[in-house]
Amino acid sequence: MERAGGFNLEYAPAPESVAPVRLASQYGLFIGGEMVEPAAGRLSATVNPATGEALAEIGVADAADVDRAVAAARAAWEGGWRDLPGAERAKYLYRVARLLQERAREFAVLETMDGGKPIRESRDLDIPLAAAHFFYYAGWADKLDYAFSGRRAASLGVAAQIIPWNFPLLMAAWKLAPALACGNTVVLKPAPTTPLTALLLAEVLRDADLPPGVVNIVTGDDVTGAALVAHPGVDKVAFTGSTDVGRAIGAELAGTGKRLTLELGGKAANIVFDDAALDQVTEGIVNGIYFNGGQVCCAGSRLLVQETVADTVVGKLQRRMDTLRVGDPLDKNTDIGAINSQAQLDRITELVASGVAEGAELYTPPCELPERGFFHPPALFTNVSTAHRISREEIFGPVLSVLTFRTAEEAVAKANNTPYGLSAGIWTEKGSRILWMADRMQAGVVWANTFNRFDSASPFGGYRESGYGREGGRAGLLPYVELVA
Amino acid sequence: MSDLLAAEPSTGVADAVAGVRITPVDAVGLEQRAAGLCTRSIKTSSKAAALDLSIRVMDLTTLEGADTPERVQALCARARRPDAADSSVPSVAAVCVYPELVPVAAEALADSPVAVASVAGGFPAGLAPLEFRLGEIGWAVAAGADEVDIVLNRSAFLSGRYQKAYDEIAAAKQACGSAHLKVILETGELGSYDQIRRASMLAMVAGADFIKTSTGKIGVAATPPTALCMAEAIRDMAEQTGKTVGLKLAGGIRTAKQAWHYLVIVGETLGGGWLAPERFRLGASSLLNDVLMQRSKLGDGRYQRREDYSVD
Amino acid sequence: MSSRLSVNKTYKQFVGGAFERSESGRSYPVSGAGGQLLAHAVQGSRKDVRDGVAAARSAQTGWAARTAYNRAQILYRVAEVMESRRDEFCAEVLRAGDGQSEEAAAKEVAGAIDRWVWYAGWADKFATVLGGANPVAGPYFNLSVPEPTGVVGIVAADEPPLIPLVSRLAPVIVSGNTAVVLASERCPLVAITLAETLALSDVPGGVVNIITGRRDELAPPLAGHGAVDALDLSGCGPDLGADAARQAAATITRVVSASAAERQWAEEAAQSPYLIDAFCETKTVWHPKGR
Repeated sequence: MERAGGFNLEYAPAPESVAPVRLASQYGLFIGGEMVEPAAGRLSATVNPATGEALAEIGVADAADVDRAVAAARAAWEGGWRDLPGAERAKYLYRVARLLQERAREFAVLETMDGGKPIRESRDLDIPLAAAHFFYYAGWADKLDYAFSGRRAASLGVAAQIIPWNFPLLMAAWKLAPALACGNTVVLKPAPTTPLTALLLAEVLRDADLPPGVVNIVTGDDVTGAALVAHPGVDKVAFTGSTDVGRAIGAELAGTGKRLTLELGGKAANIVFDDAALDQVTEGIVNGIYFNGGQVCCAGSRLLVQETVADTVVGKLQRRMDTLRVGDPLDKNTDIGAINSQAQLDRITELVASGVAEGAELYTPPCELPERGFFHPPALFTNVSTAHRISREEIFGPVLSVLTFRTAEEAVAKANNTPYGLSAGIWTEKGSRILWMADRMQAGVVWANTFNRFDSASPFGGYRESGYGREGGRAGLLPYVELVA
Repeated sequence: MSDLLAAEPSTGVADAVAGVRITPVDAVGLEQRAAGLCTRSIKTSSKAAALDLSIRVMDLTTLEGADTPERVQALCARARRPDAADSSVPSVAAVCVYPELVPVAAEALADSPVAVASVAGGFPAGLAPLEFRLGEIGWAVAAGADEVDIVLNRSAFLSGRYQKAYDEIAAAKQACGSAHLKVILETGELGSYDQIRRASMLAMVAGADFIKTSTGKIGVAATPPTALCMAEAIRDMAEQTGKTVGLKLAGGIRTAKQAWHYLVIVGETLGGGWLAPERFRLGASSLLNDVLMQRSKLGDGRYQRREDYSVD
Repeated sequence: MSSRLSVNKTYKQFVGGAFERSESGRSYPVSGAGGQLLAHAVQGSRKDVRDGVAAARSAQTGWAARTAYNRAQILYRVAEVMESRRDEFCAEVLRAGDGQSEEAAAKEVAGAIDRWVWYAGWADKFATVLGGANPVAGPYFNLSVPEPTGVVGIVAADEPPLIPLVSRLAPVIVSGNTAVVLASERCPLVAITLAETLALSDVPGGVVNIITGRRDELAPPLAGHGAVDALDLSGCGPDLGADAARQAAATITRVVSASAAERQWAEEAAQSPYLIDAFCETKTVWHPKGR
């Protein structure tokens, strides 16, 4: 679009204040209601990915710490939480929801500092949704008799919950709220690169007077996670993360009788028909793949566009990409923040290089990346074949592959041509086509004429190698109860 | 034509706007994008620039039955120099009045960069006989109007008589001669964003130099999603035909914050090229004072008293 | 004294709607309660399992695409046909069982028939009970529906011979899944008689496939098959169960096993809409509400 004679609409820096955040230099583990030192005294730094600088030293829990945490959870379950009336459990969860709302800005800033996501997202999505999740499941705690026809819901015991780094507090809420509502106690393990909001949540749980041991938070690495999964005192494991780790956990739990739910990877198709509302489609594609820098398991990373409008859509998309603002995650006008870690940035870079090497055509808008920190520009690949790595492997970054189709049948075949099945997008103004397509999508969440919408009342989770079990809604209670006649 | 028929199987608007494609609009997606753009944070130097731009693209408007020559003269004085105490404040783009007051405004604004705009063509309903409407346009232009704001014939548009709506705009364009034609869609009466998008394309293809949201005479006026919807139509028009059409937002714009939200919407949708009086206008009667107050606050850090600003 | 030589039945596996021997050509002797030889059952192979999964996979889309009303009628038809062959089933259960009384055998058969009737009725109701509209905080229509997960591998329990199989099979197929069943190793014959019933009941070929043979040999390849979407390992002992679950983990396949309450096979606790749900995927569809 021509700019001559116009006005260059620059946005001056608009950084969110970090004043609400009070960082300690060192954090321990939250076990039995107390912050305790890791038994072996091992610490590891958590880094601000926007600067590469360490924010704090975090305890690394070993098997002995995990043992303590599981014992605390077991004691809390047997010592009262299990038998507490649902209405009382509800009130604790309501308190947590309210405390999160009260301290929302602090949580948002901390989330952005620790994880690199734009403050706009942590402020408008992560933290409000986390609070909403506690509020939603609080209401279920004393209504479980209405949730399951003809069955009574009994708690399982101690739930081991392992969460990823892409939505740290939100994933903690997704895991904790239903588990606690159903009367379980929890040992939660945050991701190594994003432990800080979980540790701040520990403060909130204490302020809510949650009985000691009902929630225990053990920070650490994959050794910590493995010890937790393998611990014989655990009755239930819930994991969100990579499909490979999901496989390993499944194998570890084989024959133990422990329950398992998995929320794993994805390679979602976002399907655009030629009669769709193309300007909202463009926004939907952008939101689908560049939201949280594409570090989203349900990201719409494969754009399937009908050939008749492929050029139009790609044109609109490229122009829209030109307006995306990449940079300081704390700036209120930033659309794409930092990639979560050097390791993740390396993986994205490697896959983008493979796309170029395999012959796909790369477009990235002209944008200046900050000199330090882990950043990747929004990327778009055209001339992509279904055999290319970039159209098959989960990239977990701001990288979109564009493929085309001619008929609805072809769109279905290409959309389902993946081992994953977490989400799908369908864009068409024709209602019957939406329903026909939705029926055929092998995906747990189908967004029609929208993308990347989340709600505590709405079940989320995948088909096939995207895992099993649902989080959110009534379906989200099932993984945490034993149904008895 | 053919792609358009495919996209518009039932409305028949196709015949009137042959050759351009009209894409549907999803209301929720549009409103979300507009809301997202309105969260852009405009600070310090950006705010100063945005405030001055808001003044430069302003159509200072008075459209009351009680308008008198004196009132219009006072308005014109403000238009030339919005802040008597501060000569760094730029002039507004235009003063917008009823036809009978055009000669007053033309005289008051002679030798100034401020244009004279006149509503005409049976404003605000647009249901006077066509010959009278065209006559009114011609009269206003002859009396000194540089720009003419007419209304879309909603009676024709909403009843599916697209060709009639189109022909009337084309005739109005002819009647304007060298004056610029702004076509008011009165978006609050169109019922949906799809209709707004159709009406936008129809007006643009028929010859509008600007498309404009509202008359200011009904309850619903410019809104961020409406502005976005029309900006997207303008973008499609430019892409498909190469024709650049301006956007005028009017009605209910009272605060500087609203003004820069609209600047953001237009700037991010159409590019900086549209952020100039030739392609963008804010029609308002009470916006100017708030912009001046904000401008002053930005200068000395003090919040201002509304009473200190002109009531015109 | 007129004696007539009886015509003995050859028990074959049931794959893709056809009764077939194993591609391996193997069989194994099956003895009755008193130790007497009842028949030689097919001793299926890994390749038979593979063929069963292939048949189940190709039948699945069509079965799921049937209307729920149609699936309900077909499951009810299974009950009708079993009822008409009740004596045969009783005799078969009696011969196979571990010294059951005639009364117990009759009760088991009646229970199995009633279980089909019970699940038949769920076909067009479970989505109403398990799914529904979700009131999300935004301008969206949001609906969750349980959908069949696809192909389910079932390792049937041994004892008693009939009702455990029916109790685990009916909730799997009622939603539109297809099944590959490893019949009880010790009592496989009644499973094949059930297959004959299914074949007479308008159950499309490939919806239920029944393999007989050695569980230790067949459960792991069934569990590890990439085209199997869920497993019911109720018939696996601890070691085999663990081995099969490890196989399943490689392809992120969920594993279900009957609880102690559900193993009270004749009781009401053994049937539940949540058992249907266990083999379903919840699909949630969002759509904006706008003019």
